[in-house]
Formats: sequence, C-alpha cells, structure tokens
Amino acid sequence: MCLAIPAQVRSLGANNMAEVEIMGVTRHVSLDLIPGAAVGDHVLVHAGFAIQVVDEEFANETIELLKQLDIYQIGEAE
Amino acid sequence: MDSDTILLAHGSGGSLMRRLIDEVFVADFADSALSATDDAATLEMPAGQLAFSTDTYVVSPLFFPGGDIGRLAVCGTVNDVATAGARPLYLSVGFILEEGLSVADLRRVLASMRNAALEAEVHIVTGDTKVVERGHGDGIYINTTGIGVVPAGVSLSVARCVPGDIVLLSGTLGDHGIAVVSIREGLEFSTDLTTDAAPLGRLVASVLDAAPGVRCFRDPTRGGLASALNEIAGASGVSITVEETSVPVHQQVMGACEMLGYDVYHVANEGKMLAVVPPEQADAALAAMRSAPYGENAAIIGVVGESPAGTVHVRTAFGATRIMDMLVGEQLPRIC
Amino acid sequence: MDLTGFRDPALATGLIDTIAATVDRPISIMEVCGTHTVAVAKHGLRGVMPERLRLLSGPGCPVCVTSNADIDLAIEFARQPGVIVATFGDMMKVPGSRSSLAREKADGRDVRIVYSPLDALALAGREPDRHVVFIGVGFETTIPLIAAAIERAAAADIANFSVFSAHKTVPKALRALVDDPDVAVDGFILPGHVSAIIGIEPYRFLAEEYGVASVITGFEPVDVLQGIWMLAAQLAEGRADVEIAYTRGVPAQGNPIAIAHIERVFEPSDAEWRGIGVIPGTGLSIRSSHERFDAMVRVPVEPEPPRETPGCQCGEVLRGVTLPFECRLYAKACTPEHPVGPCMVSSEGSCAAYYRYTDHGKS
Repeated sequence: MCLAIPAQVRSLGANNMAEVEIMGVTRHVSLDLIPGAAVGDHVLVHAGFAIQVVDEEFANETIELLKQLDIYQIGEAE
Repeated sequence: MDSDTILLAHGSGGSLMRRLIDEVFVADFADSALSATDDAATLEMPAGQLAFSTDTYVVSPLFFPGGDIGRLAVCGTVNDVATAGARPLYLSVGFILEEGLSVADLRRVLASMRNAALEAEVHIVTGDTKVVERGHGDGIYINTTGIGVVPAGVSLSVARCVPGDIVLLSGTLGDHGIAVVSIREGLEFSTDLTTDAAPLGRLVASVLDAAPGVRCFRDPTRGGLASALNEIAGASGVSITVEETSVPVHQQVMGACEMLGYDVYHVANEGKMLAVVPPEQADAALAAMRSAPYGENAAIIGVVGESPAGTVHVRTAFGATRIMDMLVGEQLPRIC
Repeated sequence: MDLTGFRDPALATGLIDTIAATVDRPISIMEVCGTHTVAVAKHGLRGVMPERLRLLSGPGCPVCVTSNADIDLAIEFARQPGVIVATFGDMMKVPGSRSSLAREKADGRDVRIVYSPLDALALAGREPDRHVVFIGVGFETTIPLIAAAIERAAAADIANFSVFSAHKTVPKALRALVDDPDVAVDGFILPGHVSAIIGIEPYRFLAEEYGVASVITGFEPVDVLQGIWMLAAQLAEGRADVEIAYTRGVPAQGNPIAIAHIERVFEPSDAEWRGIGVIPGTGLSIRSSHERFDAMVRVPVEPEPPRETPGCQCGEVLRGVTLPFECRLYAKACTPEHPVGPCMVSSEGSCAAYYRYTDHGKS
C-alpha cells in the first residue's frame, strides 16, 4: 500500500503545485503535505502528492552501514 | 470532397463513397498498384512459400507521441509477416470509419500509412471502407492484411527452440506503451518518449542472413516481452531465463513504470523483434541486429533451458530467480 | 541523490549472508504491506532466506481487505444516473458480491481510472453536469491525499465531487493481529510509507505490550533485506524494539502536516476487514463539517445485502494463518484469470504474488 517513489522538485507552481522529475519523466504533483519543499529537494511521490522528504544524509549513512556488514557479527562486541 | 467530416453516406456505395475513395484514399496512398476501380488486385508473386498475416487496429487515442494508428497498422502487419522470415510485399487495408470523423484526421492517418509503407517497401494494393453510426466506433478501426514470400529453405517456428539457444532483443523495452499512456486522461505525465512503431523487415532479413539457423522471430506487442517469451517457451516445451540486467530499457520508461506501478515486461512494443538462435550463431545475429535499421540497442537477453517446460524466469541483479508471468487482462496503474 | 546502492547486488548478497548467520532458531516474520508482498516476490527474496526464517504476508493490501459490502457500494454508485465513478486502478478488477467495477464499466457504466484524487477533482471540473464519486481506498499513505483533495474541493467550492471513504488505518489492525490466537508472529516488517506519515510512536505498543520485534522498512531489495536483518538481530539478541531501517524516508515524528489534514477531514469509525471482521477504530468517516463531500450523503444508494463466496479463504490468508497454496481453491477454482477472492485478483494480494512470481500454480 505504499507505491511511492523518490522524485526531484524541478520547479514550484501556483496553488501549492510543483513539477517533479522521476528518472527523466516529469509530472505535476501537489505539495499540500510538504509545503516547505524547495527546488532541488528530493521527495517521495504517491498518487500525485509529495508525502515526505527524502533525506540524503540518512541515505548515505545507511549505505555506508550496510557496506560494513561482512565484518558484523552478532555478539562480537560482548 | 465537399464535406470535412465523414458522413454515413460515404459508406453507402454511392457517389459520395466514390469521391471518398478517389479523392482521399487512392490519392493519399498514391500507390501505382492500387486501383481505384478493380475489386481485386492482381499481383506478380515471386516463387516460394507465402507468408500471410492479418491484424486489426483499434487503438485509442488515434494520435500519440511519435505516431498514430496508421503507422501502427502498417508496421504491425509488416512485422508479423516478417516474423515468418518473409520479405513483406503487399498489404490490403480495411477501414471502419465513425460518422463525424474529421477528414483532416483521416488524411493524417493515411499519410502516415503511406510513409510507413514506403519505408517498409510494401505496396498497399487493395482496400475497403465502411462507415458506422456515431458512437459505434472509436473514430477509425483499421484492418491490414499482409503477404510476403519466405525465402527457400527457411522454416521458422516458435516450436523449434531447444535448450542452449540464445534469446536476442532488438532494442529498448516499453517505449510504445509508455508513450501512449503518457497522454491518457487522468495519468498525464511529460516524457520525451515516443512510440517505437517501425517496420522491421530489413532487420529480420539481416539476421536471417547472418544466422541462418535462427529458430524463430517474435514481436513483443500486446502483453509485452512476457507474452512473447511465454508463447515461445510453451510452444517449444522449454524454459527461458532472462538476465534482468541485460534487458535494455530507457530510464524514462523505468521512471514511468515505477510511478504507475507497471511491469515493464508487460508493456507493449511496436518496433521490436525477438530472435532465438543457436548459440554458435548468437554473436553474428547480434552484430546483424545492431547494424540493421532500428536495431542499434540490440542485446542478448537470455538463454533457453530445459525445465520447467513452458515457463519463463527472470534472474535478478543479485542472482535470485522468479517467474516472468503473462499479463492477465489489462495492465492498470496502481497506487498500492 | 544516488539511491542506486539500495539495489546494489553486492550489498544484497552481504545482507543475505548476514541474515543466514544471524537467524539461530525458527522464527516467523510478517510483512503487512502489499508493496512489501510484491517486493519480496518480484526480487525472489523468499528463495534466498534461510529455512528457519518463515516470511509471512499479512493484511497489507488495502484492496484485499475491502469488504464485499464496500465494493458493492462502489458498484452501486456507478449504477446511479449522472454519476462518474473515479477510482485507483487497483480496485477495478476486485470482485464484490456479484460484480466488479471492471464489469460495470464493460456494461456501460462510467468508471474512470485515475492516478491521483486530483485527477478526479479535475474530472469534476470538466464534467459540471455529472457527479464524480471518488472511491477512497488505502491506508495512511493515501488517506492524507484524499483529505487534501477534499480540502481543495472545499476551497474551490466544487459542487459535483464526493468521496466514498473505505479507508483503513494500520496500528489498531496490528493489535488485532497479535491478539489473534491463530496468528503466531515473532516480528513485523512495518510499512515504510505508512510510517512516513504516522512516524514511530503508534507502533510502540508492539514492543512494550506484546514483546514483538518490529522494523520500519523500505521497498528496494536492499531495504527489505535490511529490515529482515534488523529483525533477525533483535530476535537473536532477545530484544523487542521498534526500529527504523528506512531512515531516509521516515523521520520519527512522521509527517505532522499530513496527520493534521487527516484529522481535519476524517474521524475514526469502525471498519470491516474482509476475512477478519470488524476492527473498531480502524475506519475513517468524513466529518460532518465536510459532509457535502461525503458520497454516502450526496448519492444515497441501497445495494443488495452482501454475500461471501463459499470456500474463499482470503481471510485466513490475510492473517497469515493459511499460506496461499494451502487454500482449497488456490490454482484450481481461483487463478489470476478467474479469481474468486481479492487475494488473487489484486496485484498486491498474497495469492497473486505467490502464483505469478513463484510457482505459477504448480504447487
């Protein structure tokens, strides 16, 4: 129940609408739920609305964490 | 033509219909083989086996990015004839026009058909038109039937594939289906994508030449790659495994599929060809595809295996395998 | 922003190995989001999990858990003269007691598929002489959008638009699941985008009251594997926490603005979950302040009483109690070509996902 995809805000329009881009495809979506979104921000888009901001720092942090995994062992720190 | 829209009388067999045929159809097709007066075309046929195919086009909207129902109607049947390994030669065209259709739109479609026929090197040699009442047709329905000649010694069939054979795809998946859906009411989004509708007779001939052991060709139209591969796997009683990372797809097609919840393997293509060839001829077949018109993005996408017979699998980027199933019914956009 | 790492095969393989090394006893994990059901099936993840790890699908497909009665209502709206029914594609083929929206469309009723409720609003603008009823189905990912669409309609004074609210909320349904004696689950993969809206707090009770582990998880293959890994780690370490794996999409507080939209337009009600029964407080009805956008008020209808299909075990499948291939009708009377229940017809239903991606009915 969660088909939402990351998109980048390309331009802001009237009436809380914005143009976003998903892998080269652009669409108009509503920013009613993320009114502070700015051009260049990445947002999750679901059914024509931006529903949440995608946090780049957390994205990078997660990837870094997962790359360490082959040295991770349960109980090693104990 | 006095009227700028199609009237019921244009289909009635009388003088109005005569004018429609002469002033619009025959004039716009401008094919010397197309007679305005004879009911049947008489043709010179080169010796050999005939390949014969028919298809009817009911696409809506009539005009979409990069093409229209006319181009589709010519390329689709040309490509079906080509899958037999034949050189497409002649087309018949049958129209069902809806009362109220604008003559300007009709002429736009006919011009498209003429251009496609020229490009495909086929002649439109006979045709028919009827008119139905307003509300009983989507503007235009077109039937095209095509004839070609199969070169001697060529005998292709989707039932001939055997384990070890290699599967090639002539280019990027999903362009047509996504281009059409991008203008659909309620779903509009902006994309540079255009339909890939194209005649592939030359591409097929090149591959046949370079890889004479080719088992079959198939165009992944409605139902997409999944339908075509499942049909081949079923007919030959083999399994087919597709390497997901080898399948060429434009970024924008992926973006649209992600947004709408579409499966790219189910999206229609109108200018792509699959070929299954014996492994020792795969490289030659690929080179031939890549240098043929519309084949620049051709790739080897999979391999034929033994079992389970009649199934198609996808090997994902990290080695997990799952089934590539056939589309059931219509592909609908999802939010879930 | 480079998000390709979340599809990186090397990271996925590392996670798969780590999961196998971490799971030290038989455990059952349940996902409760249709998009997770599809992600697991599409990437073949079940096949690479260790044998000891049972991956179950719960009632995560809002379309699958829509009751026959609600589908019958949607159909009845479509049968009213002057009404256009606008719906997400997901709902079209789902069978009600006697018909489906797709069948109604084939019979000539005006049913249109939209990608967004804003498209339904635009449709109302283009068709001033008709009344557009939007079929509102979905969990908290979708509910705020419907609320925002209703508020836009109010601001623009649109007179020919209303919403049939068949929405459902997740947290209380999770409580009903863990209370269910037939359901035995050690941990939950929690829905990433529902959580992007509601945040982490509504799930605390799972750990604090029930000792069940849970991880808020995203949808790329690496995301799903990370969620499973973190659950396996909690269970191996004897912990029961609520953690966020999907940090890039889910702040702990969720989206308060979205929640405010929901609360302005909707109030909690009781909802019937197909195959499960009524779960109090999991429905949403439109507040009286916005009743002119309530389809139940604007377009009164009286459908025939709903009826269930005998033999359909969707309810048990939805609770993870019966696996798809254990259903009597699976792959026999019930296939994607002729589905009996919503679990097979919805692209997110457990049975459809299993049949299409895993075994093709060959179990």
